[in-house]
Amino acid sequence: MSSQATLLFDAPGPRARLRNHALTVLALVALLAIAWFIYVRFDEKDQWAPEIWQPFIEARTWTGFILPGLIGTLKAAALAAVFALLFGAVFGLARLSDHRWVRVPAGVVVEFFRAIPLLLLIFFIFYLLPSLLGGGDYILFALVAGLTLYNGSVLAEVVRAGVLSVPRGQSEAAYAIGLRKTGVMVRILLPQAVTAMLPAIIAQLVVLLKDTALGFIVSYVDLLSMGFRIIPPNFPGALIPAAIVIGIIYIGLNMLLSAFAQWLEKRSRRSRKSSARPIAPPSAIPSLGPGAGPPSDVVTLK
Amino acid sequence: MRVRRFSVVLAAAGALTLGLTACGGGDGGTTAKPGDSSLVSKAKNTKRVVIGTKWDQPGLGLNTGGSAPEGFDVDVATYIAKELAGDPNVQIEWKETKSDNREPFLENGTVDIVFASYSITEERKAKVTFGGPYIVAHQDTMVRADDTGIAKAKDLAGKRICQASGSNSYKRITDPPPDGELDLDAKLVGANSYSECVQKLTGNNLDAVTTDDLILAGFAGQSGKFKILGDPFTDEKYGVGLKKGDTKTCEAVNAAITKMYTDGTAKTLLDKWFGKAEGLTLPTEAPPAEGCA
Amino acid sequence: MDELIEYGPYLWEGFQVNLGLSAVCAVLSLVLGTILVSMRVSPTPVLRAAGTAYVNIVRNTPLTLILAFSALGLSDQIGLVFSEEPSTNGFWLVVMGLSAYTACFVCEALRSGINTVPFGQAEAARAIGLTFSQSLRMIILPQAFRAVISPLGSVMIAMIKNTTVAIAAGYLADVAFKMKDTFDTTGVSIPIFIGIALAFMAVILPIGLFTGWLAKRLAVAR
Repeated sequence: MSSQATLLFDAPGPRARLRNHALTVLALVALLAIAWFIYVRFDEKDQWAPEIWQPFIEARTWTGFILPGLIGTLKAAALAAVFALLFGAVFGLARLSDHRWVRVPAGVVVEFFRAIPLLLLIFFIFYLLPSLLGGGDYILFALVAGLTLYNGSVLAEVVRAGVLSVPRGQSEAAYAIGLRKTGVMVRILLPQAVTAMLPAIIAQLVVLLKDTALGFIVSYVDLLSMGFRIIPPNFPGALIPAAIVIGIIYIGLNMLLSAFAQWLEKRSRRSRKSSARPIAPPSAIPSLGPGAGPPSDVVTLK
Repeated sequence: MRVRRFSVVLAAAGALTLGLTACGGGDGGTTAKPGDSSLVSKAKNTKRVVIGTKWDQPGLGLNTGGSAPEGFDVDVATYIAKELAGDPNVQIEWKETKSDNREPFLENGTVDIVFASYSITEERKAKVTFGGPYIVAHQDTMVRADDTGIAKAKDLAGKRICQASGSNSYKRITDPPPDGELDLDAKLVGANSYSECVQKLTGNNLDAVTTDDLILAGFAGQSGKFKILGDPFTDEKYGVGLKKGDTKTCEAVNAAITKMYTDGTAKTLLDKWFGKAEGLTLPTEAPPAEGCA
Repeated sequence: MDELIEYGPYLWEGFQVNLGLSAVCAVLSLVLGTILVSMRVSPTPVLRAAGTAYVNIVRNTPLTLILAFSALGLSDQIGLVFSEEPSTNGFWLVVMGLSAYTACFVCEALRSGINTVPFGQAEAARAIGLTFSQSLRMIILPQAFRAVISPLGSVMIAMIKNTTVAIAAGYLADVAFKMKDTFDTTGVSIPIFIGIALAFMAVILPIGLFTGWLAKRLAVAR
C-alpha cells in the first residue's frame, strides 16, 4: 500500500503533512456523515427493530435455513469446480495440440462459451434438457452445467497460458534428452505450469462461487434463495437483515479463497521449483482466434 | 395461480412428438411395481408417501426451517395421505415442488402426489391426473391496509401491479379476453415470486398484488399490513396432482376430500390458516369433484 | 428458425435494453472506479481504508445479491426511488447496482496499471523537478494508461454480459428475461439462443479485439 503511495507522492514535507491531516479530517467527517445518513434512513424505516434481527441469533434460523442454503451453494460450487477443472484441462491442452483438427474446434468451443452471458447459458440448458432427456428436476444440473462450460472455458485459457509460460528452453531440453510429446507435457511442462496457474485458478474459483448465486434466478435452493425467497415470508420484514447476513457469509467465503490464492501466489514466487512465472488472472478478452498464440492479456500484464 | 412456465410440459409434449415415448415409458416402468402400481396400493403396503408442496407460500406451503413445511396444502396433504394409507402413522417425505417442476416430478416419480396451489386446467389434464378439487380459489387483489384508493379490481387502472416472473395472473388485469379479462391500463412492476411482490407492497413501489385469494390470504394473515379487496373474478380449482392414469388413487383421494369436509376437518383447517384474512369467503362443503377420467 | 423470426423484434427490444444498460453503466462505472482508485492511492489513510473496504466488500458479493438487494432492500424497504414509473425505476436500480459492482473491477484494473509503472520513473520525474501534477500527467499516467487498456476492456466485456442479471432486480425487460419468456411459450429454441449469443458476440468481440490491438500497439517496451 505504502509503495504505491510513494510512487505517486513524494515523502510529505511539513506543508504536505498539514494538508494530509486536513484531508484526513475532512474524509473522516464525510465518511461519518454517509454512515449517519444510512443509519438514519434505515432507522426511519424501522430496519434496526430488534424483532427483525432476532431470528438471526436463533439456532433454528441457522439450522433450518442458512446452513441448508449454504450447503446448496457449496454443493453447486464444488460440483461445478470439479467439472470446470476437468473441462479446462482437456480443452486447454486441446488448444495446444499440434493437430489443427483438435486445436481449432477446441478454440471455437472455448471462445464461444467465454463470450456468452452465463445466465443465458443456464436458462438455455434448463429449457433444453427436458426436451432431450424427458421430465425431471434439472435446476441443479443446468446451474452446474452452465458454470462448468463458462468457467471451464476460462480455465482452459489459464491452462494454455500456464503451459505457454514455461520457458521454451525447458521443452527443448526435454526433447533433446529424448522425451516424446506426451512425456514433455506430462513430466516437464505441466508440473511447472500448475504452479504458475494455481493463483489464477483459485481466482476463477472465486468467480465461480459468486456465480452460483445465479441459481436464485432459476429457483435453485441456495444461500441467496434462502435469504431472499424463503426467510422473508417466515419472518416478515426481515429481508434486509437476511440480505446482510448472507452477504457477510458470501464475502467471508470469497475472501478466504482469495487470501488462499494470494498465499499460494507468494509461495510460488518464492519457490524455485518452477521456471514459469505466475500468470495473470484470467480475463474475459477473447484472444485473436483459435490457437493464435498466447492470449493478449498475458502479453500485456507481465 | 396461473403459471405460464409450461416449458417442461411442452418439452414433454415435444418428447412425445419426437418419438421418445419409449424412453418415457421405460422411466415409468422402473419406478412402478409390476401389477398394481397405483399410489393408494403402494401407500397401504409401504406406509410411505412422498408429497410435493410449495415452500415459499405462507398459509399454503411454507418451509419454516423444520422437518415439514407448514400450511393449508400441507395439512390437507397429511390428512389425505393418512386416508390413503389407512394408517395415521404413515411416513411422509416432503419435497419442494415449484410451478415449473410439478408435472415432471410426478411423471418421473420424484414425488407421489402434489398439493401445491395446483389449478386444474385442460392443458395440465393432458399430463396429470387430478383428484379433487379440494378447494376453489379466486383471483383477487391485495392492497396496503391503509389504501383507500383501490376498492375493487376495476380501480387498478393506472395503478402499479405486480408481475411475478413465470406467472401470468397480471394478464387478467391488463389484457382483454381470451388471454386476459379486465383489459385495464395498469403499470407492471417486475418480481421473481409472489413473496417478492408482497415485500414490494410494503414499500412504495407497488400498489397491488393480484393472484389467487388463498395465496394472498396467507400473506395478509401474517401481518396486519394488507387487505384483500374481496372482488374475485375467476375460479381456480386446486387439484391433487397424481401420476397420469392413476384413477384408482384419484377415486380414493376424492373420497378422502368428501370425508374431510363432512367430518369437520376442512372447516378447522380453513379457520386455522385463513380465518384471520378479511375479504375471503370460505367454503363449507367440498367443491364438486371433476371426475377421474 | 421460424421462432427467431417471429420473436425477433421482441427479443431485439430486450437486447436494446442490455445495450442501454451497458452504455450508462460503462460511463458511471468508469467515473466511480476512477474516484475509488484515487481514494486507494491517496496519501490519506482514511480514504485508502475506505476505498479498500468498499472494493473488498462489493467485489466479493455476488452481483445477483447486489441487484436483488438494490431492488428489494434499498428501493422497496428503504425507499430509494428513481422514478414513479416502474420500468424507469427498475432501469436505474440495475444501473446503480451494476455500476457499483463494476466500479470495483475498474478500480482494480486502474490500480494494477499504476503499479506497472516502475518506481524509478517517479523518482526520476521528481529528481528533474517535476511537480506532482506534472509527473502524474507527463510520466505516470501515460505509462499506466497503456497497461490498463486491455484489463479495462475485459472489465467492460464482463459488465456487458452482466447486464443479463437485471432480472434479479425485478427489471423484467432485458433479453435474458425475454428469452426465458419466449421459451415459456414456445419451448426451447436453439435458433433463438444462438441468435442472442451471436448478438452478444457482435458487441463483445470487437471490444476485445480493439482493446487487445490497442494494448499491443501502445505497450511500453521495458
